[in-house]
Amino acid sequence: MTDPSAPMIELEGVGFAYEDAERFTLANLDLRIDAGTVTGIVGASGAGKTTLAKTIAGFIPLNEGGTYRGTARVAGRVLAEGTLSEAAAAVGLVTQNPFNQISGARFTVREELAFGLENRSVPRDEMERRVAEVAARLRLEPLLDRSPYALSGGQMQLVAIASMVVMAPPVLVMDEPTSQLDPAGTRLVYDVLSTLSDGGTTVVIIEHKTELLHEHCDSIAVLAGGLIVQHGAPGAVLADDRLTTWGVGETRVTTAARLARERGLLPVERALPIGVDDAVDAFSALKGAAS
Amino acid sequence: MSERADARAAESASALSTVGGVEISVRGLVHTYPSGVTALRGVDLEVAPGERLAIVGQNGAGKTTLVRHLNGMVRPSEGEVRIGDWSTTGKSIAELAHRVGYVFQNPDEQIFARTVAADVGFGPKNLGFDEERARRAVADALEAVGLAHEADVHPHHLSLSERKRVAIAAVLAMQTPIVVLDEPTTGQDDAGVRLIAGIVDSLVEQGRTVVAITHDMDFCIENFDRVVVMAQGEVRADGPAEQVFADVDALEAAAVEPPQLLRVARALGWSGTPRDARAFVDQLTEHRGSGSGA
Repeated sequence: MTDPSAPMIELEGVGFAYEDAERFTLANLDLRIDAGTVTGIVGASGAGKTTLAKTIAGFIPLNEGGTYRGTARVAGRVLAEGTLSEAAAAVGLVTQNPFNQISGARFTVREELAFGLENRSVPRDEMERRVAEVAARLRLEPLLDRSPYALSGGQMQLVAIASMVVMAPPVLVMDEPTSQLDPAGTRLVYDVLSTLSDGGTTVVIIEHKTELLHEHCDSIAVLAGGLIVQHGAPGAVLADDRLTTWGVGETRVTTAARLARERGLLPVERALPIGVDDAVDAFSALKGAAS
Repeated sequence: MSERADARAAESASALSTVGGVEISVRGLVHTYPSGVTALRGVDLEVAPGERLAIVGQNGAGKTTLVRHLNGMVRPSEGEVRIGDWSTTGKSIAELAHRVGYVFQNPDEQIFARTVAADVGFGPKNLGFDEERARRAVADALEAVGLAHEADVHPHHLSLSERKRVAIAAVLAMQTPIVVLDEPTTGQDDAGVRLIAGIVDSLVEQGRTVVAITHDMDFCIENFDRVVVMAQGEVRADGPAEQVFADVDALEAAAVEPPQLLRVARALGWSGTPRDARAFVDQLTEHRGSGSGA
């Protein structure tokens, strides 16, 4: 915390095995994430992504039985040595199933969004201002007076995200936050994440949609077999030849470019494109060369 | 071993052929929920047996409301839905379950039994399959979704993406001529998406009809021959995938973003509609060979 160059999130030799599990879900894992960045976590199902999210947020080991080892720090503090509510103040965690995140204690979406702030005794004016602002950004205004339980899966997911964003935690960890959203809803969420990170929030997002991660992340980490096997710039990680062996799908553009390279259409030294813009660059340069 | 598998496949195919060949006919369908929200404003849709059809559109476009009419979970306010020679109006959900299997978007709305095998076996039992056929239906379905080794596990102990595959297995086991998948690839990793694409292939090979709602346009164009675009409770486009994804205006009106390779193709000024990476590179070869666009 005192050293500005220290990473915001630092995991050293972290391992975790759930109670009664036969193996460690996280195995001796190291990860460093800088303050104010957006980091994508990718990996196959069962690679340990959700466990990693819970570990960064301190839920593991504070709220989950099992065998834990190593050290996880957020802003220089070891969350495992504090309380669950201290951890919750340091890291906001949006869980995979939004239904589980609804408090059950409030009758309307508006009250649900204010719930965490109320618990922190945030003054009423500020509470209302923050709820209104986040609701506007995620287009939740028409839902504010509805019951949190009378929402579609996608709407509930947006409410779960909003209820964490209003808390303005220094670190926000999101476990597949857009799985039930349509493309428009997904864009809204990523726009909010970009704004938050511009404002200094550190964002960690678990996501299967690699094209989106390429557009929005500062770095991407690949989790396989409970270890971080690759962590770096999105363009380099998503074009890594080993990506599919780690159970992560390439974007269609990358697959096409790889095929074009095999057929001798794309120079071997040319970096493989990931998104639409870099694909257009790569392929229109080709046409120029041909003519 | 492979002979036995062949014999079994032939047997299950013949079991299916007795129920296969059921068309869907939706005419003038309007649905207004008790809340007053009109989710469907006059939908017409004819689906022939063995078609693979994807329905795309934003949340709230009416996609789920439309497909829930097929198995009777939602009833028409106006218009008619026919499944083969049945009008859904005279049929209960239990009766319609003989012809239409529906996989929920959220598996937790669907799964309730204490073991994976019991959950998948519930439908076949209710449909009156004899013990041997039910046992085999469950085994085949779990095999198809890659969860044979989890048969005796409580669904609660599985991950969300695995529970989604249990929900798919539960519907496969009912061996219905029509299978409706609501957002089948949600939360699936790369292998999971490919597994589901394989399931769609094998269902269609067996002559069964697959109707899927999806937001994943790459998955959509690679696996579905026909695409229906919905917006505000109406069908805005309906036709072969190449044709629908070339209809820029309809896609824009429905806020549907074309598949990634198609966006590249458009930006490069190509007129073709490559459906996958191979087709894209074939077109790249052509454009390069002809020197067009230079």
